[in-house]
Amino acid sequence: MGMTMTQKILADHAGLDKVIPGQLIKAKLDLVLGNDITAPVAIKEFNKIGINEVFDVNKVALVPDHFTPNKDIKSAEQCKIIREFAREKNIVNYFEVGQMGIEHALIPEKGLVVPGDVVIGADSHTCTYGALGAFSTGIGSTDMAAGMATGEAWFKVPEAIKFELKGELNKWVSGKDVILHIIGMIGVDGALYKSMEFTGEGLKALSMDDRFTMANMAIEAGAKNGIFEVDEKTIAYVKEHSTREYKVYKADEDAEYVKTYTIDLGQIKPTVAFPHLPENTRTIDEVGEIAIDQVVIGSCTNGRIEDLRIAASILKGKTVHPRVRTIIIPATQKIYLQALEEGLLKIFIEAGAVVSTPTCGPCLGGHMGILAEGERAVATTNRNFVGRMGHPKSEVYLASPAVAAASAIAGRIISPEEVV
Amino acid sequence: MLAHGKAIKYGDNVDTDVIIPARYLNTSDPEELAKHCMEDLDPLFTKKVNKGDIIVAAKNFGCGSSREHAPIAIKASGISCIIAETFARIFYRNAINIGLPILECPEASRDIQDGDEIKVNFDTGEIFNLTRNKVYQGAPFPDFMQEIIANNGLIGYIKSTRR
Repeated sequence: MGMTMTQKILADHAGLDKVIPGQLIKAKLDLVLGNDITAPVAIKEFNKIGINEVFDVNKVALVPDHFTPNKDIKSAEQCKIIREFAREKNIVNYFEVGQMGIEHALIPEKGLVVPGDVVIGADSHTCTYGALGAFSTGIGSTDMAAGMATGEAWFKVPEAIKFELKGELNKWVSGKDVILHIIGMIGVDGALYKSMEFTGEGLKALSMDDRFTMANMAIEAGAKNGIFEVDEKTIAYVKEHSTREYKVYKADEDAEYVKTYTIDLGQIKPTVAFPHLPENTRTIDEVGEIAIDQVVIGSCTNGRIEDLRIAASILKGKTVHPRVRTIIIPATQKIYLQALEEGLLKIFIEAGAVVSTPTCGPCLGGHMGILAEGERAVATTNRNFVGRMGHPKSEVYLASPAVAAASAIAGRIISPEEVV
Repeated sequence: MLAHGKAIKYGDNVDTDVIIPARYLNTSDPEELAKHCMEDLDPLFTKKVNKGDIIVAAKNFGCGSSREHAPIAIKASGISCIIAETFARIFYRNAINIGLPILECPEASRDIQDGDEIKVNFDTGEIFNLTRNKVYQGAPFPDFMQEIIANNGLIGYIKSTRR
């Protein structure tokens, strides 16, 4: 029996010729990541171990992105812990406000992950880097502390589900709709403890930004990781952003999958996840009349340049509905600048939207757009749990940037076709 | 190793945002976090929980964010063990890593009712329902995880291997 992409990467990093699902292994790490919520706890644990240095100053990344620029005194204190630790340990990849972006948009942009890497991050959406053909997974603060100290982590080798993609995306359909469709199909625990491996000729239809969005939400199906087969688009992205050596892994012909789904991209319609689980999906024609109070376009899921371009193409020359607060958050400084140079920010501001500095902010109910009781938001983010964006009696509808922008204009959830 | 307490029962997909909402994540102090544990799902939790009590839930407990604040808040509120049909994988790791015992046992998860008196033997994986006079068999931890739990978490385990 052959191995999946994930199993091959893990075997190599554990110094083994072969691994089987369920096997407990220790793997060498290429990057250990943390943010302003998880890293302070990790630093406290790291200091208990009794070693002075991190395993490799180039392989630890600290990104204060959740409650930054600091929203209150307590979060300022948390960030101070990270800043001082980064200085004291000579951490190369510490990103201060001004350099900082939302970690999962920033890390690939900085070239810190390449195909074949093993990455852990104390943030559940660390699975994003699977878009680059790396094994990348979210862990907690204690695992992060252990990873910083030893350069290793323990894993149970996962089984895998294969998603064979074919066809082309229709207009106004993006990676977000594909992943929401898949989560709606398999459920929020449909890939529990497993890898989601994306392959097939349909990959050609997906841009790198689409792939980042899809890998990002693998955790929303309970997956350990989501991973894309490497193709020329991946290689072009990596060469543009990184000078590191990379290794391309391909699943064996006889690799075993617990299940294979064939997904015809041409059949997928714009999709919205209703409260309070990402699996509560409906296609745009089944949404009905849902009036909204806020739109958020941003996050580690959909705050990249293509997302902003799509939103701008819909908002251009129009104004947002007077009842809808529209908040647009470029995910990194580079994306922000690019949006500025392309004239996208002007379009947003003229349409009546606000544009924020990079932050996770409202996605997790942190700051920059918290919902009051009874309010509804359409968000390009990744979770719509109870209280996720504010009051426990508020509601979040997950959608693509295209649907979010169109809904901002209409004041209700609507297909982009109806406003363009 | 044993746990003994009354069951506090929840359903499917209890996510880390309801276990500890992000609005309280500007601190990592366990006692502070425990004050808001389960607030958005069960506002009475902090009033009804007694030291040693056991959470019994259904599928995919702890799904969502990787915040270790979630198992930290649960542990600091006095919960001695969580039994569920399945756990979300990051929560599972985090609980083991901070030394909060958790067990997967679909039968116990279905059968145990809120308020039942429960005893758990972690060495054997046996779960005793003293109220209903029943025994359920959960999967015992693999040796590697037993060692982590015996060292009160991953940090203790790493320190023990470095000696």
